[in-house]
Amino acid sequence: MRIIDENTLEDLALGAAVLGTGGGGDPYIGKLMARQAIRDYGPVEMYTLDELADDDLIVPTAMMGAPTVMLEKMPNGDDIINAFESVGKYIGKPIKATMSIEAGGLNSVVPIYVAARKRIPLVDCDGMGRAFPEIQMVTHTLFGISATPMAMSDERGNTVLMETINNNWTETFARSITVNMGAMAMIALYAATVGQLKQAAIPGTMSYAMDIGKVIQKARVQEDDPVNTVREAVGGYLVFKGKIGDVQRRTEGGFAKGDAFIDGIDAYSGQKLQLSFQNEHLAVRIDGEYRVTVPDLIALLDVDTGEPITTESMRYGFRVAVIAFPSNEKWRTPEGIALVGPRYFGYDVDFVPVEERFG
Amino acid sequence: MKIGIDVGGTNTDAVLMDGRTVVAWTKSPTTSDVTSGIISALKTIIADANLDVAQVDGVMIGTTHFTNAVVERKHLQPTACIRLGLPATVCLPPMVDWPDDLREEIGGHYYLAHGGHEFDGREISPFNEEEIRQIAQQIKDQGITAIAISSVFSPVNTIFETQTADIVREVIPDANITLSSEIGRIGLLERENAAIMNSCLRELAGRTVNGFKNALAEMNITAPFFISQNDGTLMNADFAAEYPVLTFASGPTNSMRGAAFLSGLKDAIVVDVGGTTTDVGVLQNGFPRVAALAVDIGGVRTNFRMPDTYSIGLGGGSLVERDPIKVGPRSVGYEITEKALVFGGDILTATDILVATGKADVGDAAKVASVGKDFASQVEAEIMDMTTIAVDRMKTSATPVPVVVVGGGSILIQKDIPGSSELIKPSHFSVANAIGAAIAQVGGECDRIFSLAEMSRDEALDQAKKEASDRAIAAGATPESIEIVDVEEVPLAYLPGNATRIMVKAVGDLKGS
Repeated sequence: MRIIDENTLEDLALGAAVLGTGGGGDPYIGKLMARQAIRDYGPVEMYTLDELADDDLIVPTAMMGAPTVMLEKMPNGDDIINAFESVGKYIGKPIKATMSIEAGGLNSVVPIYVAARKRIPLVDCDGMGRAFPEIQMVTHTLFGISATPMAMSDERGNTVLMETINNNWTETFARSITVNMGAMAMIALYAATVGQLKQAAIPGTMSYAMDIGKVIQKARVQEDDPVNTVREAVGGYLVFKGKIGDVQRRTEGGFAKGDAFIDGIDAYSGQKLQLSFQNEHLAVRIDGEYRVTVPDLIALLDVDTGEPITTESMRYGFRVAVIAFPSNEKWRTPEGIALVGPRYFGYDVDFVPVEERFG
Repeated sequence: MKIGIDVGGTNTDAVLMDGRTVVAWTKSPTTSDVTSGIISALKTIIADANLDVAQVDGVMIGTTHFTNAVVERKHLQPTACIRLGLPATVCLPPMVDWPDDLREEIGGHYYLAHGGHEFDGREISPFNEEEIRQIAQQIKDQGITAIAISSVFSPVNTIFETQTADIVREVIPDANITLSSEIGRIGLLERENAAIMNSCLRELAGRTVNGFKNALAEMNITAPFFISQNDGTLMNADFAAEYPVLTFASGPTNSMRGAAFLSGLKDAIVVDVGGTTTDVGVLQNGFPRVAALAVDIGGVRTNFRMPDTYSIGLGGGSLVERDPIKVGPRSVGYEITEKALVFGGDILTATDILVATGKADVGDAAKVASVGKDFASQVEAEIMDMTTIAVDRMKTSATPVPVVVVGGGSILIQKDIPGSSELIKPSHFSVANAIGAAIAQVGGECDRIFSLAEMSRDEALDQAKKEASDRAIAAGATPESIEIVDVEEVPLAYLPGNATRIMVKAVGDLKGS
């Protein structure tokens, strides 16, 4: 069991920004919500799956919608509690704890708000080990766990409860309901027992994010090489160092897509890296050849500070390090690759694990 | 003729300009009452130019006084915030992300009420007049007169904020009201923070603007006077008394605008070398490029359109270490005229290095004879490396661009910077900020979300340009001089119906200039 207080929350949000691989939404609003709830209701206890009983029921909570809207129309707070309780009421069993469905970005910290207010534990696991743009892109899908019953709540008190035939339909309906609710909804979904999660979830991702954040904070104070510090903390590889030469952006199907072109410096001088993104960083090509792709994680870090750089803030002239680290093995199965591999996002290439190229 | 004044934390600079010519200039220490420092600067330039004050057409003042008040938590008045958006936003009340000492300083009073809009203009909940009246009464009972009003998505629709203000004024006739929609952009907490800071500065602003008025009256200057804003445009004195928060970060903006004017360039990189830091910014179309990220003032997050500058710890007073070679970030700062070797001190500074290389001539060159030419050249190379990286970081493409160097520490830069097409050190570089104030125009902005399902992109852009132009004219610009200087479109992820955020900025010349 670990305690999430105001300090460890800061660590978690910082680590979650690394796991956000350039997307996942700005954790700022979520972090403020969680901090306020910790101040009002006390710190949150976080348990590993092994510390819970196999038949304990867990319901993840999250925010869904446009990041710009979240900055303006902040939640009521009761809305996400309504979503959470509605799923429990529908299932008709007591819920033991909540968890994050997405360890990268905003949704890493939102469930801490729920845990603090309901005085229930948080589970140290998630369904991605990173950030992805669509609801069905969680390891739960690979193990046949349904996203539904899913509850979506707005601040007015409306709650929509849905049952669907598969997780792709959930994504389709959820997106249009989100727009009706004002381009933002509080959601609870992917209810599962601890026994199911031991198979289907990615364990330890919250403490992993906290440890990454803690190491970055320490590197700032001690003036260590921050990029190397992050690389070691995530167990990854240095792929490239360079300067952003150009960023091309376009909007397709409601997603922010594009490519950044990075010119090598130091040992990488003379090489050119192309970084492709859709909300998150998805693929790295060096001199035209694919070197890293989803589901493995690609993080772009400021060379001087080790701060993760989001896809929105990439700009000409930034000196960056590209690091890559292995995704959870569940994503590396044929089913995982089919769900979130390079071809799903339109890159015509086979997935090759990052350690085979850089290890 | 125009007078530009820059009231900084350390110095008050003043320039007298006749058209494009600098007739006289001075630097004098800033005084704690601000006014007497201005009077002394005015006296100097009037005497130097033998000026008949009747010839002055306008006085433009840039000041960091209000920023410093927030940073130092001084002269702030108790303020209440009314936010409309219930039932949304409850979990993050106003001032939730403020440092405790600042929140306590102004009382931390807030009230949540119904109202607010969705991104597409629908109401979150209906406006409730009775609710607002009761809140206003409670505020009145506490004797508070400074009131900030915010409403969810008020940049899309301002109606609830203005209705609230009308009711509050009925209940509290002497209320000092700031509407968030008048000073901020999308991002509720940041915009509301700016409105609250504005409210708590209103009393000080009234006093300070009066002080400026008295200073000018004492010098028999009857010309109108203006205060410069963070976007490089001007507001008239009465407007400034109501919106002091708009002066935040006007210093770097004025210095970049001054650099544009002095160099005659509209697109360039500006390197402002001070005593301790060097700020590198980008001029686009004659104005500073603005930062995309939130800006922190006195520990409070805001989303003002601040100039996007990159600062490095390099200045005229930077300490130089020998082994290994290191320049800055520690600095002797304003004490350089006592502590640097060339001025008879015992500390090796960046200024000493440039004198030792023979490229600069300040102080007594004999005092740096022992420094060694080779070593001095190595340190100068390090200074150039630091500057080159900072310049490169701010460039928008690999194409070489002109670099304009201003500020008191400009002597550090003696060679062309790699990646630049030319290096320009204009005359009067040390008072670029006062010049920037003197030449400022007036402007207006539009920033809101348009649904391109309902209108074409061109129609949306036209409407945004019209709104920005109308605001510039309302601020005092002559309609025929209006120019659109910035258009930015951001398509919103996750939303169908092509919702797009459009930001437009228009500027124009002041009437009578």
